[in-house]
Amino acid sequence: MSASAAAEALGAPAELRQRQWATLARATLRQWRARIGLAIFLLMVLIALVGPALAPHNPDAFVAAPNSPAGQHGLLFGSDYIGRDVWSRFLDGGRSILGMAVAATALGVGLGTLVGLTAAYLSGLIDEALMRVADVFMAFPQIVLALLVVTALGPKVWLIILVVGISHAPRTARVIRGAAQQIVERDFVKAAEAVGEPRRRIIFGELLPNVTSPLLVEFGLRLTYSIGLIAGLNFIGLGIQPPAADWGVMINENRLSVTVQPWGVLLPVLAIALLTIGTNLLTDGFARATIGIERGE
Amino acid sequence: MATFLLKRLAFGLLTLLLVSIVVFAATQALPGNAAIAILGRNATPARVAALTRQLHLNRPVVAQYTSWLGGVVTGNLGISAATQQPVTQYIGGRLANSGFLVLVSAAVAIPLSILLGVWMAVRRDRPADHTMSVLTLGLAALPEFVIGIALVLLLATNLSHVLPAVSLIPPGEHAWNVPREVILPAATLVLAVTPYISRIMRASMVEVLESDYVTMARLKGLSDRTVIWRHAVPNAIVPAIQVSALQLAYMAGGVVVVEYVFSYPGIGAALVDGVGNRDIPVVQALALIIAAVYVVVNLLADIVTILVTPRLRTAGR
Repeated sequence: MSASAAAEALGAPAELRQRQWATLARATLRQWRARIGLAIFLLMVLIALVGPALAPHNPDAFVAAPNSPAGQHGLLFGSDYIGRDVWSRFLDGGRSILGMAVAATALGVGLGTLVGLTAAYLSGLIDEALMRVADVFMAFPQIVLALLVVTALGPKVWLIILVVGISHAPRTARVIRGAAQQIVERDFVKAAEAVGEPRRRIIFGELLPNVTSPLLVEFGLRLTYSIGLIAGLNFIGLGIQPPAADWGVMINENRLSVTVQPWGVLLPVLAIALLTIGTNLLTDGFARATIGIERGE
Repeated sequence: MATFLLKRLAFGLLTLLLVSIVVFAATQALPGNAAIAILGRNATPARVAALTRQLHLNRPVVAQYTSWLGGVVTGNLGISAATQQPVTQYIGGRLANSGFLVLVSAAVAIPLSILLGVWMAVRRDRPADHTMSVLTLGLAALPEFVIGIALVLLLATNLSHVLPAVSLIPPGEHAWNVPREVILPAATLVLAVTPYISRIMRASMVEVLESDYVTMARLKGLSDRTVIWRHAVPNAIVPAIQVSALQLAYMAGGVVVVEYVFSYPGIGAALVDGVGNRDIPVVQALALIIAAVYVVVNLLADIVTILVTPRLRTAGR
């Protein structure tokens, strides 16, 4: 019997794991909140991805007088504060937020998981040091950390993805560390150690597969916050820069003329609200399902 | 208990020191010349050199840091690059305005959340509880600026113009003298933090209501009100205190976007301006203050937790 096979016999074999996932997915979708969340989330993702192809006008083109009301000049939702098509800009404006948020979340949760698992497995001084560093970064509200870096290097898309990701990492690291600490004590980890598996293999091969549920919950939660943070940065003018069509930028551009042309604000506000609510409902449904299964319900 | 507090205090100070290093490193020690960043790529070499001298950028990084930190400790935060005012003077009034906004919001949000959490726990698994659970979940997901804009759309525009959409507070005027201008930004913060505190309070309360001593109190024939408020709530409140502290610290960051939405003259709006103008001394000071709020509030939460938990209060005796 090879080393990894011995460890696997003591852990959860792949087949069993697959069955567990099916059970988890069913338990998640049995809840109304998760179904509604999933439907909203998929709808918003669809708009963000397919929207740009459906936009009737060039989102940057001036097509009518500023703040034309909905329905005039054949524009479904009228024109924005400088005469661009609101509907086209709305359809084009989700991709940037969703893309940046997913990238930042993947980066942050990935980094946080790496740190959390390492801290839990190595314990002792290294654990202590990693958690102290995490504490220092957690003293900054995430938006303040982002603004600090933007001050020095300017509002650049890659920089915002990077810093929002990094600001998630200590928070995720704490959660994953907590989940992994219980796994480290289990027999199959001891068995893997006994047969001399390298640390890297234990962390990624033994610990990681056993924290996937909290990891997915973290991903959903962090995605919700990433969308809010990045939309917020774009909204205050320190994220993606105009004339980019982006939901956050749109809200800021059109809010002064909201009394004459509400759609330029209303559509992107609704879109961001639905996207975050959908993500959060789905995540909560999934978290409830994992807790329910653990309790043997 | 005294040793615990001293340890906690020392730890807080250490965190603050490390925080100051992060603030400094992010703004002033990152690769790239801060003077060019401020003046733009087209600045003449002479102007860049002059500003470099003015900001002491020609000195080694460590020397720059220690002299900046020395200034911070003695209350000299430097000169704002954008307004040429001393930073302390520039942010003083704004700090008071933001402090007032956060305190008002907390004073409303914390009791409200605790009531809501208790109410949900008492009606556990009934339709009211489920409805509130989904409502608070949805509200918790919303970014603050979306809540703020939604409030403006509902209460300050065509639909019903009952409150000002923009907090017009004249320079030099304190926010507490014009309370009408504070209502919407405060309501935004309240709506942003209430879901978190109330959900924790509900969870903690549900657990306590299932405990033996609550059953015992009920069996003794005590009224529902006494059982809930005298026996259950004091035991369920500790997690809510901890989360309230986190939310209070979170509000210090939340003001950044909320103040921008309402043009509220506080440190959040000043930070956004400072970042836009690359006013490094102002940004450094504000980031440091906001992080310090987090450290201090967490310290206070730990102390309050000890004071309200009999088990911990007497542990050192």
